[in-house]
Amino acid sequence: MKYMQGNYPILKKTAIAKDIFSFTLSCPDVAAQAQPGQFVHILPAGAGLRRPISIAGIDREHGTLRLVFAIRGKGTETLSRLNPGDAMDMIAPLGHGFTLLPEAAHVILVGGGIGVPPMLPLADYYGVKAAAISGFRSFSQVILQEDLEAAGAQTICCTEDGSAGAVRGFVTAPLEQLVSEGADMVYACGPVAMLKAVAQVCLRQQVRCEVSLEERMACGVGACLCCATRTQDADGGEHYLHVCKDGPVFRAEEVIW
Amino acid sequence: MADLSTEVCGIPFKNPIIPASGVFGYGREYAEFYPLSALGGIATKGTTGSPRTGNLPPRVAETPAGMLNSVGLQNPGIDAFLERELPRLMQENTVILANIAGATAEECAEVAAKLDSTDAHMIELNISCPNVRQGGAAFGTSCAMAEQVTAAVRKATAKPLVVKLSPNVTSITEIAKAVEAAGADAVSLINTLLGMRIDVRTRRPILHNNVGGLSGPAVFPVAVRMVWQVANAVQIPVIGMGGVTSGEDAIELMMAGASAVQVGMACFTDPCAPLRILREMDEFLNQNHIAAVRDIIGTVEPW
Repeated sequence: MKYMQGNYPILKKTAIAKDIFSFTLSCPDVAAQAQPGQFVHILPAGAGLRRPISIAGIDREHGTLRLVFAIRGKGTETLSRLNPGDAMDMIAPLGHGFTLLPEAAHVILVGGGIGVPPMLPLADYYGVKAAAISGFRSFSQVILQEDLEAAGAQTICCTEDGSAGAVRGFVTAPLEQLVSEGADMVYACGPVAMLKAVAQVCLRQQVRCEVSLEERMACGVGACLCCATRTQDADGGEHYLHVCKDGPVFRAEEVIW
Repeated sequence: MADLSTEVCGIPFKNPIIPASGVFGYGREYAEFYPLSALGGIATKGTTGSPRTGNLPPRVAETPAGMLNSVGLQNPGIDAFLERELPRLMQENTVILANIAGATAEECAEVAAKLDSTDAHMIELNISCPNVRQGGAAFGTSCAMAEQVTAAVRKATAKPLVVKLSPNVTSITEIAKAVEAAGADAVSLINTLLGMRIDVRTRRPILHNNVGGLSGPAVFPVAVRMVWQVANAVQIPVIGMGGVTSGEDAIELMMAGASAVQVGMACFTDPCAPLRILREMDEFLNQNHIAAVRDIIGTVEPW
């Protein structure tokens, strides 16, 4: 596969929550190839390293990608100040994404906080066959619930303080319930503690699970080996795999938490 | 177009730009961006006798005008390199500097001996990795150790031997002279400067290894100074590196005395940085009516 790099024009920008932005980029060459779970690597002006950002929407017809990210530091803050008409220096699409199951009857998407955006392309793919459980600390951080619903997914919103959504508490309680009703796959992205809990539920109930991981990254293409993550193979042998190239999506059972 | 060709230890380079060891893996990934034949050479990922897993993550942190890394020489080992990577790299029509490292002088010599019968053009011996407990920088920060490991590798191979030096020393010229005396055909410098960052919220170092190597534009002036000092202290050629991000940076290092230039962190900022740097070097030479890049090596006129 050839990587694409370019300055891609921003078509649309929306502030969707405090310090969380949604950008739509015109990039027909990338949109034509991008898969759910892949990411893009964007250079904020003045930075030395790029910022990996998950893909929150793939529109092949219009040749656009949607990116949703939170301000985490100077780099993402710089990116958040860009506007339609500006461009983003982007390498994409990167990494290997989620395994798509065309025959699946029911899948569960679990997103935690800024881990919700990569669930959206899965919701677009599975439509009514998906249930999307999203977890947030509080109502002010809730994002993308209407988008998940519009894609056809059954949406379950959880907040730790109960200030929004039907569920007060973590994503694991509704997950246990849904998994017990049967699922072909659970897809998850979010904080490590959440992913670990999701992986344990799936392991216990013997449901396939894929998780999207995050790690500090440099090259983004698998050359520098900076974004290592500990994994184990079926025989228990430990290896470092790399989030940028081997991931960001891993089978839950291969991750050492 | 200016003549960009150069030469190190009798090996001709079509141009002086070489992605530095550690940023470029074994070239597979960047070959997805451009043909590797556009490069003067490739310094391959540091390779040891046995496979190494590297350090626990996080292994990277951005810093003002630079970055810290603590990858820790993760590599599949020399046998895998010879079987799976080198034959493909030798088809790329560029100079291959096989970068090697080891925990002991014996391991370094053993790796060099295995490379001796291959087609790799040069061996770059890393005596300066700051991220491993044994070997690494320990070799590069003492003249006696640097001399010993260089001599051991020298005995193991007839290939042109480049020794990559650490900047984390009081006098880099003394180390350079020691490896020259021990049989090095060239030196390359600088490896990363040892650094550290702490997350003040968690009171934890950002790198799991606590400390790591600083590279990027922040270290460029240190690189210029050290290349200049070393080029004036030894007779063997110098390959310069450390924070080069533009054609003018590369020209500057060559004026300081470098015969060729390696590019590190700039490849992360822009995967095509080596090609841009080459274009900018060509523009500089044309604008200044310099026919060949070789003509600028060591031409700084100190006050």
